[in-house]
Amino acid sequence: MSDVAARPAPNLLANGWVKTGLILVGVVAAAILGARLDGSGTLYKIFIDPFEQMVSAPDLLVQTIWEGLVTGVLYALIALGFVLIFKASGVFNFAQGIMVVFAALTLVGLHEKGVPAFLAVILTLGVMFVLAVTIERVVLRPLVNQPDIILFMATFGITYFLIGFGESVFGGSPKQMIADQLYLPKGAIDLNILGGLVSLQKIDIAAAVIASIMIAALAVFFQYTRIGRALRAVADSHKAALSVGISLNQIWVIVWFTAGIVALITGIMWGARSDVSFALEIVALKALPVLILGGFTSIPGAIVGGLIIGIGEKMGEFYWGPLVGGGIESWLAYFIALGFLLVRPQGLFGDKIIERI
Amino acid sequence: MNAEPMNRTGEPVAAAKGEVLLSVEHISLRFGGVKAITDVSFDIRKGEVRAIIGPNGAGKTSMLNCINGFYHPQEGQITYKGVRRARVKPHQAASDGIARTFQNVALFKGMSTLDNIMTGRTLKMNRNFFWQALRHGPAMTEEIAHRKVVEDIIDFLQIQHIRKLPVGKLPYGLQKRVELGRALAMEPELLLLDEPMAGMNLEEKEDMCRFILDVNNEFGTTIALIEHDMGVVMDLSDRVVVLEYGRKIADGTPAEVKADQAVIDAYLGVAH
Amino acid sequence: MFYREAGQFKSTYTADMAVFPILQDRIGIAVILLLAFVGVPLIGNDFFTTTVMIPFLVFSLAAIGLNILTGYTGLVSLGTAAFMGVGAYSCYKMTTWWPDMNIIVLILVSGLFSAAIGVFFGLPSLRIKGFYLAVATLAAQFFLQWAFVRVPWLFNYNASGAIEVPLRTVFGVPITGATASPETRYFVCLCLVVVLTWLASNIVHGRIGRSWMAVRDMDIAAELMGIKLLNAKLLAFAVSSFYCGVAGAMMIFLWYGGGEAADVFNIRLSFNVLFMVIIGGLGSLIGSFFGAMFIAGLPTILKFGLPAIGIPLAGATAEHITFMLVGALIIFFLIVEPHGLARLWQIAKQKLRTWPFPY
Repeated sequence: MSDVAARPAPNLLANGWVKTGLILVGVVAAAILGARLDGSGTLYKIFIDPFEQMVSAPDLLVQTIWEGLVTGVLYALIALGFVLIFKASGVFNFAQGIMVVFAALTLVGLHEKGVPAFLAVILTLGVMFVLAVTIERVVLRPLVNQPDIILFMATFGITYFLIGFGESVFGGSPKQMIADQLYLPKGAIDLNILGGLVSLQKIDIAAAVIASIMIAALAVFFQYTRIGRALRAVADSHKAALSVGISLNQIWVIVWFTAGIVALITGIMWGARSDVSFALEIVALKALPVLILGGFTSIPGAIVGGLIIGIGEKMGEFYWGPLVGGGIESWLAYFIALGFLLVRPQGLFGDKIIERI
Repeated sequence: MNAEPMNRTGEPVAAAKGEVLLSVEHISLRFGGVKAITDVSFDIRKGEVRAIIGPNGAGKTSMLNCINGFYHPQEGQITYKGVRRARVKPHQAASDGIARTFQNVALFKGMSTLDNIMTGRTLKMNRNFFWQALRHGPAMTEEIAHRKVVEDIIDFLQIQHIRKLPVGKLPYGLQKRVELGRALAMEPELLLLDEPMAGMNLEEKEDMCRFILDVNNEFGTTIALIEHDMGVVMDLSDRVVVLEYGRKIADGTPAEVKADQAVIDAYLGVAH
Repeated sequence: MFYREAGQFKSTYTADMAVFPILQDRIGIAVILLLAFVGVPLIGNDFFTTTVMIPFLVFSLAAIGLNILTGYTGLVSLGTAAFMGVGAYSCYKMTTWWPDMNIIVLILVSGLFSAAIGVFFGLPSLRIKGFYLAVATLAAQFFLQWAFVRVPWLFNYNASGAIEVPLRTVFGVPITGATASPETRYFVCLCLVVVLTWLASNIVHGRIGRSWMAVRDMDIAAELMGIKLLNAKLLAFAVSSFYCGVAGAMMIFLWYGGGEAADVFNIRLSFNVLFMVIIGGLGSLIGSFFGAMFIAGLPTILKFGLPAIGIPLAGATAEHITFMLVGALIIFFLIVEPHGLARLWQIAKQKLRTWPFPY
């Protein structure tokens, strides 16, 4: 699956656009700095101070990286759902983020209605399966062979429907994830390293472990089972897969259901860190820069991309955010991804695009 | 394929027609480790019909892509109208008068036949944005002048009846014809045709041959074409270059090429 | 029976190239314009004008803007709301710089600021295509949205953090601000939308529109026809953002009238405009109007229409139901006609042309 084959690195500077871009960025940066270099030491604040902080307080640095890592794992999980569906059906599933919320909400909602926690998990899985079947029947099957953008828009429709449906059934107010009932660890481990205190939430560790297990399980499933092989065949070519007797409809249900399971696990983990509400939907959009970083079709890409974005935005927010008034987390991820994209339009692990005519 | 319309009248075939319009010298093109073209040289003379033939995967389409700047060969050079071309962009090639049709029809599927052919006039239209926004006065005059040219092309290719239909829904043969029309609308000096007759029936092929010859005779357009139908190639072209596995194996008049042992081997296989 | 083109022969290319070549279509447009200019102010009350007509016009203009980019040039953008915001905030800044300037001129000029920002964020479009580009436009959305909240200079450091629309008059008639009557605001909106739609229609029917569509349908072939991809794409970004910017300025100055929360130009708005374009029909100006009517009208109809016919709905429930309905209808329309309401409209016209004897 990994296609990081040794490829001669393209000489980027030979590309006029990259050159122009670099010069432009340089000019803009110089202009901004020059204008503000009036003794207030802006240059220092941007280029030197953050690194000094990193060196002088390594425990804070480790803490920030850890925070970023955990966020990154969650981004990667959402991105994973995207990649699964994109590989198998070519659909850019915008609804993945909302599926996470919906799954978590169903779980919590069922528990509130008095269903025991683990039964609620099983029931939620059932709901996700029904959702997968419904989407396949109602949305994918009638829209087969339509252009990508139409399917993309249809997943917008699914998103809106699920928002409305979830809110009318479970109410719009934020809910508490049933972390205790699911025996998820609580509290924090305080590590005494680098002359400071680094606090690791147990739930975060659990999230990382569970995510790794799930990714490994998926990899095994794809590599060694009959259905996994069929899935990879479909990802390569729908028509060829059909011609050897693979049922596209069945594959789609399986893939959407798998994405549903991934969504549920993501929802539990994320819900345990904050709370379960539709605000998650905007956060879930962060999976998109992860995707363009990692490439739409690469699972390793989704993971590495998620970690880069997670760590990048936490570091950016912590060390550079205060310079511009904070809150840059909301857009930094997109700019990191954009920067990568300008250098490698196919993403980190995506296949090189050779245009043919 | 020795039907009537293709017999050329007048001029003797192999006679060199004027000076060299485009010359390709020692071109090599690689994609990663794959060699698409290796050290190929040939020239195209003004006013001739030059055929490029060869088995599948011989690098014919890549050759055309190099000529109009879509690919940039790693080695060698292309001289067009006496000027050496270094890394031209496709749109520069277009403004230098090189037009092109494609192996798999590359029409603008959402647009009508008329609009598709009008697109070929883009380079000749120069009214600015503000006149365009008003769509009166100079912009309209210009639009009408070009519409007349396009209507002439439509008449020439006998596609009046599909003028306003979206091209995506047209049958393949007509799409190829519209594509030729779009290339002609650019009033090119050099017209590159990539398998203009692929997938056509006999009648459509005859029509297409007629159009190609007419374009060559009436407008004096130089034509380079890729074609698999040997009958068509032998009848249409003045000179033929044969590629195999990215190398040139023969170059000459149709008669010479037909007799060439390397060509016969390439097409029929060699007994080992 | 009454909708025929039989007997209408065109003897000049000008007549053939007209946007509405059929006489009945021209009559239809005239009737619609007459209704909009005379009918609505006569019969509509203030409520109808402010909650239905003005939003409809504003969204139509935004949808036309996005349609130029997505429908005509094939570049998907999720940053529409941000470009609308640029229009609104630059208009606000200009009203404080030049208090005496004609507000309508300012609204139009604010589109230019938006166009400039749009071109900047359009630069990646040369290297990035398809969904990748869509995600790249999210960078514009979130960055600008952040700037609208975090850069106090943009809202003149006022406490509410939102734009406060000042009173501005043209020839003594208040256009914006608290005392401007709904009819005046409606008229200004209508005139702007009609003129800009006419210009957009001219552009997309000419050379520029053709090169956009060529880029959309087959960018490689377009380049080989001599179209410079970067220029065509950036021009599309500029024109599109101009329209969105004007729509954004209209939205704040002529519809909301200020006082709203700072965060109107959020990603939801971007999505909504995108829905309008898709539901209405990609690459169709008239579709933009259909889409705006549908998406902007549906919540209003549900909110006020259902209680009126006796189905009581709490505010929150209405919102949830709206979400579900919009979602379901999007899927429904995509299945029935992926080319949007505009295509349905064309099919209807085609049927009408042969009615009552289709064979």
